[in-house]
Amino acid sequence: MIRFENVGLRYGTEAEVLRDISFTLQPGSFHFLTGASGAGKSSLLKLMYLAHRPSRGLVTLFGRDMALVTRRELPELRRQIGVVFQDFALLDHLSALDNVALPLRMAGTPEADVVAHCSEILRWVGLGNHLHAKPSTLSGGQKQRVAIARSVINRPRLLLADEPTGNVDDGIGMRLLYLFEELYKLGTTVVIATHNEALIRRFDHPRLHLDNGRLLVLPSRGGRAQESRVNDLRRE
Amino acid sequence: MALRPMRPRSDLPLAVDPSSRFLGWITALMAFLAALALAGAMLVSDMAQRWDSGLAGGLTVQVAPMPGAPIASLDERAEAALTVLRSVPGVRSATMLSGGEIARLLEPWLGSGASDPLLPMPRLIDVVVDGPVDVAALRLRLTSAAPGATLDDHAVWLADLRSFAGAIRLAALGVVVLIGVAAVMTVVFAVRTGLAIHRPVVELLHLMGATDRYVSRQFERHVVSLSLRGGGIGLLLAGGTLYGLHRASQGLQASLLPDLTLEPWQWMVLLLVPGALALLALVTARRTVLRTLESMP
Repeated sequence: MIRFENVGLRYGTEAEVLRDISFTLQPGSFHFLTGASGAGKSSLLKLMYLAHRPSRGLVTLFGRDMALVTRRELPELRRQIGVVFQDFALLDHLSALDNVALPLRMAGTPEADVVAHCSEILRWVGLGNHLHAKPSTLSGGQKQRVAIARSVINRPRLLLADEPTGNVDDGIGMRLLYLFEELYKLGTTVVIATHNEALIRRFDHPRLHLDNGRLLVLPSRGGRAQESRVNDLRRE
Repeated sequence: MALRPMRPRSDLPLAVDPSSRFLGWITALMAFLAALALAGAMLVSDMAQRWDSGLAGGLTVQVAPMPGAPIASLDERAEAALTVLRSVPGVRSATMLSGGEIARLLEPWLGSGASDPLLPMPRLIDVVVDGPVDVAALRLRLTSAAPGATLDDHAVWLADLRSFAGAIRLAALGVVVLIGVAAVMTVVFAVRTGLAIHRPVVELLHLMGATDRYVSRQFERHVVSLSLRGGGIGLLLAGGTLYGLHRASQGLQASLLPDLTLEPWQWMVLLLVPGALALLALVTARRTVLRTLESMP
C-alpha cells in the first residue's frame, strides 16, 4: 500500500523536517501516527496524501513510484485517498451534503446517486438532520463528522486523518475512533495522526512514532505484527 | 449591485468575489458598445448600398445654357443630345427632365425661387444603361452634337461613397475587435484574481482528486453565466437606443440621413453579440485557469 524508503523532506532551504523515514504499510492495516507537536506528523501525512513530493528518498503508493507519476496522473491517485484534515477544511459556502458530495462529483457520479449516497453516509455519522446545514452552523464535532463522511464517501483505499480528535471532547473523539475502526474492518488502510495518548491506549494498533523528524516503530500491545510490517525495510 | 450567476451551487465561492462583482456590468457595457458599432456599420452599409444601386447603371447629361454663344438654342442642343444618346448601344432609355422636376431638385438650395422662369436652367437628361457604354466616346459625340453638354457617370461619387462605407465598416470592426480584446483582458484579470483568492480551496479540491479541467469548469460556468446576463442587458440597452434613434430620425426631413431601421437578419446578428462574448469568456477562462494551474502541485 505505502512504502517509504530513506525519505527526507525539507521546506525551502530549512533543515529537514523528516529524516530517513523508512516503513511499509500493508493494505487493510491500522496505524496511529504519534509524536509531539512539531515532530513532523502533518508533514508525513502530506507526503502520504500527495500534497508534497519528498526532497529525497523513495515513496511508493499503490505500487506506483511517486517520482515517476506525472501531474496529470495525480488526481486519479488522490481519489483513492481519503483525508480528514486537522482544521476540517470544509467549504463554508456549501451545505454539509454538498461538502460530502465533492469527491463523488469530481469522479463524475450521477447527481441522483450523489444525493442518495451522501444522505446515507451523513445519516450514518449521525447528521441525518443536518444535510443542508452550512458548516458555520455546526459544532466542532459535527464538522469533524462531515469531514470524515467526505473522506470516506468514495470508499478510499487509504484513509489519513490529521488530529481528528483535536477539536472535540473525549466522548466524541472516542466515537470518531470507533468510526475509523469500522472502516478499517471494512478493509480500508487507516493512518491516524494524534497525540491523544488516552484514546490510543484504548485501541490495540501499532504506532508510527515521530521524534524530531525521525521515525520510531512501536508495535501494538499484543505485539501483533499483523499490519505491523512497519519497518520491514529496515529489517531487510 | 452585482449580477449573480444563475447556477446556484459552485465548489468555489466565485459569486461573492470582489473581482467578478463588476464583470457582468462590464460585459453589459461591452455588449452595448459592440451592438451599437455593428448596427452602425450595418446601417451605413445599407445606406451606401441604396445610393450605390441608385447611381450605378445610370448617367446624367447636362446641357448648359450658353447665352450669346453662336450655337443652336438650348432646346435644340438638348434634342440633339437625346438623339445621340438613343443611338448608343447599351443605353436603355434617355429621358429629359421637365422644368418642374429640375426646380424640385434645386429647391433645397434655392427655395421657391428655383422655379423662377428667368433663371437660366440647364436641361438634364436621365440616362439608364443596361450594358457596357464607352463613356469617353459618348462624351466626345455629345460635345460634338450638342455644345455645352457634359456627361456625368457618377464614378467619382460612387468611389467616394464606397470608400466612405468601407471606412465606416473598418472602424466598426476595429471597435468590435477592441471590445473583444478588452473582454479578454477583463476575464483574464477576474479569473486570475479569483484563482489567487481561492487558491486554498483550489488546492483542497486538487488534494481530493479534482482535475484541472474540473476546476476550470467552475470558472467557465461562472464567467459564461455573467457574460450571458451582462450581454443580454447590454443588447437590450442597445436595442432601446436604436429604437429611440429610429423614432427621433422619423421626425427629420433630411432625406440624406440613413434609414435607422434594421432588417430581421440584422437583428439576428446583434442577438449573436452576447453569445459571442460568452464564448470568448469561456475560452479565455479555460485557457487562463489551465495555464495558471500548471504551476500548482
